[in-house]
Amino acid sequence: MSKLRTRDLVINVPGRPDGYALNMDIEPGQTWGVLGPNGAGKTTLLHTLAGLLPARSGRVMLNDTPLAQLKRRDIARQVGLVFQERQDSFPATVMETALIGRHPWLSPWESEQADDQGRAQQALALLDVDHLSNRLLNTLSGGERQRVAIATLMTQNPSAWLLDEPTNHLDLHHQVRVMRLLRKQANNGKTIFMCLHDLNLAARWCSHVLLLYTNGDACWGPADSMLKSSALEKLYNQKLITVEADGAPVFVPVSS
Amino acid sequence: MIRSLLCLGVAALAAVLLALALGSVTIPPLGLLDVIQGEGTALHRTLLWDLRLPRTLAAFATGGLLAVAGALMQVLLRNPLADPYVLGLSGGAAVGALLAMLAGMGTLLISGSAFAGAMLATVLVFGLAHGTGSWTPSRLLLTGVVVAAGWGAVITLMLAITPSYKLPGMLYWLMGDVSYARTPWPPLIVLALSIVLVLPLARNLNVLARGPMQAAALGVSVRPLEWTIYILASLLTATAVTTAGSIGFVGLIVPHMLRLVLGNDQRIILPACALAGGTLLVLADTLARTVIAPEQLPVGVITALLGVPTFLYLLHRSR
Repeated sequence: MSKLRTRDLVINVPGRPDGYALNMDIEPGQTWGVLGPNGAGKTTLLHTLAGLLPARSGRVMLNDTPLAQLKRRDIARQVGLVFQERQDSFPATVMETALIGRHPWLSPWESEQADDQGRAQQALALLDVDHLSNRLLNTLSGGERQRVAIATLMTQNPSAWLLDEPTNHLDLHHQVRVMRLLRKQANNGKTIFMCLHDLNLAARWCSHVLLLYTNGDACWGPADSMLKSSALEKLYNQKLITVEADGAPVFVPVSS
Repeated sequence: MIRSLLCLGVAALAAVLLALALGSVTIPPLGLLDVIQGEGTALHRTLLWDLRLPRTLAAFATGGLLAVAGALMQVLLRNPLADPYVLGLSGGAAVGALLAMLAGMGTLLISGSAFAGAMLATVLVFGLAHGTGSWTPSRLLLTGVVVAAGWGAVITLMLAITPSYKLPGMLYWLMGDVSYARTPWPPLIVLALSIVLVLPLARNLNVLARGPMQAAALGVSVRPLEWTIYILASLLTATAVTTAGSIGFVGLIVPHMLRLVLGNDQRIILPACALAGGTLLVLADTLARTVIAPEQLPVGVITALLGVPTFLYLLHRSR
């Protein structure tokens, strides 16, 4: 169980005034969605929460310890991140990729054991890419690669999951599958925090929402109180129609 | 995977035995056995223990060092085509060595001067690439390439003003020649130590190959690791260049060929590079000694002539 808290956190988006400082409590069992237009700082926030970027001011606390005081390896056992962009300069198979998730758990002389293999296999199966496990990553489609990245995070098995647009490149069925998987992980005590571009996925699957504005303003809270069409129209500078379907609001952009 | 390392080990041993047997005087297998048991003719004993064994071991160590340094640089720069030579290390070493030759110094001072030149080149490239604090692979690579071009100009200038009787020695050095090696032990020891040092880091390097951010997210302290790798690769290259002059292509081709066959797990690739790089250079040096015996070719010519077509073939076959 990992609790992420931000205290007076101002993320470092170059050339932007400080805006509104973030004081969030991201608890186990919650599923957070970060919404905002391009360039609002969603990815920067995610990287700051993972301790990969320094904040402009304020702190990120992981279970009451400031992130800056923890070793990288200890952070990696508790906080994992799915990046929006990935480098693959060298060829690697799907299985090898999933297995690097075990890195923070193994000592320098250790190699992956049957248990690690099993975890990777299970994660690949849950993401529906286990049949690709011997394929080279650069021969996969964008959506398949995205699922491998999520499976790698699952193999890493941290208690806080940060995901940068996890539904990118995914077809409809796999979008739902991934969101259900994340929600299930939250119900099992994981802390889920992700950037999303799809309002309707956020409305359906997120318990909490953070709205990030381009000028640095922000507001956050339970999803149903945040997902108001007036706030979202201001956020994206786009008129919306709201309808209700399957027990959740559905936001449709107005064409004019 | 252990099996592939064993295969490479057997190949290395076979290459060493071949190198010991072949030369201007061929020692038959039985003669080789006699000499190893302390018997055999005086000629064979001198040939083997005093001439061929030190040279073969030096060639093996140099090849291993170059291949391991290449593999490390490629992970560091996240570019499968990076090579210590691309970063201008050999250029610095060459300028150092040629200066010593111009001044008429002995072999030991030439080696020392080459080592100093390689380290100077390392510091220069690193300092310039680091500059304002951001140290991106592309910036390091570009700085290295430009600085290497600068060294090339200095080398050409030095060759142009050198009295012609000194030129052959310089040209041989520039093309790489194992006969400069005085004793095989320093490079062998450096090679063995570096493998022991780098193996516990190998899984970190696997993660680093996925990019620095991904590596950091998986618990790797990226900056200290990159420094270690850069300094280590520079030391390995400097040792190799000091032993045998500037030999190209080994650092580029051996890791690449091994990756095509064995995948990109550095825990396998790094020791495999030491074995395969050594084997390649032992074979190349044997060819260089025998092809137009009693004359000798610079071994760098052989590695280039062997390496380029092999590389192109493997590249063509892989996709």
